[in-house]
Amino acid sequence: MLFDDPVFASRMLTLLTLSFHIIYATIGVGVPLMIMIAQWIGIRKNDNHYILMARRWARGFVVTVAVGVVTGTIIGLQLSLLWPNFMELAGNIIALPLFMEVFAFFFEAIFLGIYVYTWDRFDDQRKHFLLLIPVAIGATASAYFITVVNSFMNAPAGFDMVNGELVNANPIAAMFTAAMPTKVSHVIVTAYMTAAFMLAAIAAFKLIKGSDNMYHKKSLHLTMKIGLVFSIATALIGDFSGKYLAEYQPEKLAAFEWHFETEEASPLLLYGILDENHETKYAIRIPFALSILAYGDPMAEVIGLNEFPKEETPPLVVHYFFDTMVTIGVFMIGLSLLYWLGMRRGWKFVKAKWYLWLIVLGGPLSFLAIEAGWWATEVGRQPWILRGIMTVDQAATTSDYVGLMFVMFAGLYFILGVGTVIVLRRIFKNNPVEKDLAKYNQGGDPL
Amino acid sequence: MSLEILGITVLWTFLFGYIIVGSVDYGAGFFNAYSIITKKEHILSRIIQRYLSPVWEVTNVFFVFFFVGIVGFFPQTAYFFGTIFLIPGSIALILLALRGSYYAFETYGSRGHKGYALMYGATGLLIPASLSIVLTISEGGFVSIVDGNPVLDYWALFTSPLTWSIVILSIVAVLYISAVFLTWYASKTEDKEATELMRKYTLIWSVPLIITAGGIVYELSFHNQEHFNRIIDVWWLFGLSSLLWLATAGLIWLRKSYGMAVWLMIGQFALAFYGYGVTHYPYLLYPHLTIYEGFTNEAMAISLVVVFILGFALLIPSLYLLVKLFLFDKEYVKGNKK
Repeated sequence: MLFDDPVFASRMLTLLTLSFHIIYATIGVGVPLMIMIAQWIGIRKNDNHYILMARRWARGFVVTVAVGVVTGTIIGLQLSLLWPNFMELAGNIIALPLFMEVFAFFFEAIFLGIYVYTWDRFDDQRKHFLLLIPVAIGATASAYFITVVNSFMNAPAGFDMVNGELVNANPIAAMFTAAMPTKVSHVIVTAYMTAAFMLAAIAAFKLIKGSDNMYHKKSLHLTMKIGLVFSIATALIGDFSGKYLAEYQPEKLAAFEWHFETEEASPLLLYGILDENHETKYAIRIPFALSILAYGDPMAEVIGLNEFPKEETPPLVVHYFFDTMVTIGVFMIGLSLLYWLGMRRGWKFVKAKWYLWLIVLGGPLSFLAIEAGWWATEVGRQPWILRGIMTVDQAATTSDYVGLMFVMFAGLYFILGVGTVIVLRRIFKNNPVEKDLAKYNQGGDPL
Repeated sequence: MSLEILGITVLWTFLFGYIIVGSVDYGAGFFNAYSIITKKEHILSRIIQRYLSPVWEVTNVFFVFFFVGIVGFFPQTAYFFGTIFLIPGSIALILLALRGSYYAFETYGSRGHKGYALMYGATGLLIPASLSIVLTISEGGFVSIVDGNPVLDYWALFTSPLTWSIVILSIVAVLYISAVFLTWYASKTEDKEATELMRKYTLIWSVPLIITAGGIVYELSFHNQEHFNRIIDVWWLFGLSSLLWLATAGLIWLRKSYGMAVWLMIGQFALAFYGYGVTHYPYLLYPHLTIYEGFTNEAMAISLVVVFILGFALLIPSLYLLVKLFLFDKEYVKGNKK
């Protein structure tokens, strides 16, 4: 059977769990900031629409948090269940940020519970707003610490290897690796961006469906602006990430770009397919662009894949993931920039239905970009689990039955995914904005 | 105190915390489901929901804290327990996931779906059962080293009376801890009917608790002589624990100071739990792994302890706030405040 090999089965199960978890994790990191901004604007402008926005987002948020918490627990324990050798080694060096992540998560969980259950305890919304600060900090800190662990896997540091033994462990140095700054900032900023575009997609959808409420217009306008800011930041940090890769993980960058020969003034390949002789077809070549991405210098020399031993080069499929991520990123910058300009200049088309449909499409596309980006970076690290130190074959469990577990978890994620959609739909279908607003204006408790 | 001892004490304490708050949670789910089957829903559901809603996520973190902490302080446990715990661990994870998410779906989405409540109750008993297997494994005798890798003998594990004694104890303990706590909580809400019902459940589960706990010590005398002898050495710890059990049950029987009963119950479990832990020393997995062999390097141990202290400086006030706002807020508890 396909899953007889525990190494392959462990890889697939980890892929499955992480791909499912990051959907919820991204929401979990991004949405608290959006709630905080909405609540803040609502207080500043004394505008009920924004306060209600914060409440409605928070209400949907707790449902996704629940799934995020449980799938996060799953991946946390699966690391030890599926990669025991890796965790034994890594536990000696990288346990510190893992431990700190739990504290951040603890902190967030406590204040989220308080925030959600104290809607009506405070007459002054400003006090209630204060509870959101630890929630947003905790959410972002979780992302920070867990990405620190991932950065370590890409650029191990903070210890010496002497005859296969790990010595001179320095937990602090292991946290501040070369990969850390670009990776962490990219993860956090894309989470903010994706959450903003997801909320924008919902608002746009409501407007298409004929709800002419100012609430949705304000919501769309706010989230598109936030999305624009963070998508531009994403592109900038993405450029830094390229420079990091060129310097420290050249084989990954070369695999992203199907860049086989080391050469100066390297072109960047967009799209295309690869035939069996490693010849690219149908690709768009942008001269000098890869050298610029890698070193900020059009004439710079970029190392090619042929310089590396064959068994240490990543699978070439990562090119597609990389292109998907970048294409969507650029599309979202364009979409939100046009919207922002259009609203300022009074261009009619940004309010047209077809444009709103594009915004609706932008929500799922942003999530696709998150997935594609993670697949690119993780598959691009193959065959290493700890680059240059331990391969995935050496790290995986020797236990049988991983294939069976894969089937069970796949079933679980299917149930959770469908459950989330059903529950969220039901919450908001039974409580349209108009109803909530009416209740709110009468001084009652909406939701 | 050496760093090894400090590390395992911290982790053991967190596991204890999880056992108490987790048991309240698991048991509450069971009693909720049971009250639906026996049509006593109107008595119990409201107070159970009121307690559970703001704290269920926090309960979960205690568990995460424990397993992240043990890998941090004792990296070799990841290797040994990670390899052999794949199936029971995965089953517990799936149940935990269904339980946590459906609780949220039910509470924030569609209220009053019976299927969810029943599943919630059932998983509450199955999770402690599947997790408690790790305690059996750590007693030794089920793991052999084949080609340098640990392999678990499932047949031996599932036919061992010790396994089933521990599973039954974990379930009974969950129901007992939860019943004592909810008796007190219901009395705070001044809901007489719910208090009486929970009081009855406490008394029902108190007898099997002490019988199964005693049974395990008896089982150990065959299974792990060394551990059994160490238990006999500190028999007074377990004796004191039994006295506290008597006092708890007595207070509940006499309908007196339920708050005190909760503290006595916690004391009873603390004595038994730490007694068990101390007598298991120095083994993490008998006889393959001790806390000294499995310990992390000194630099990591020190930084973990520092982070732990800083983290706690942040957590204790936050937890206090949470408890004050919900558990000990008279108006909230009575349902006058949202």
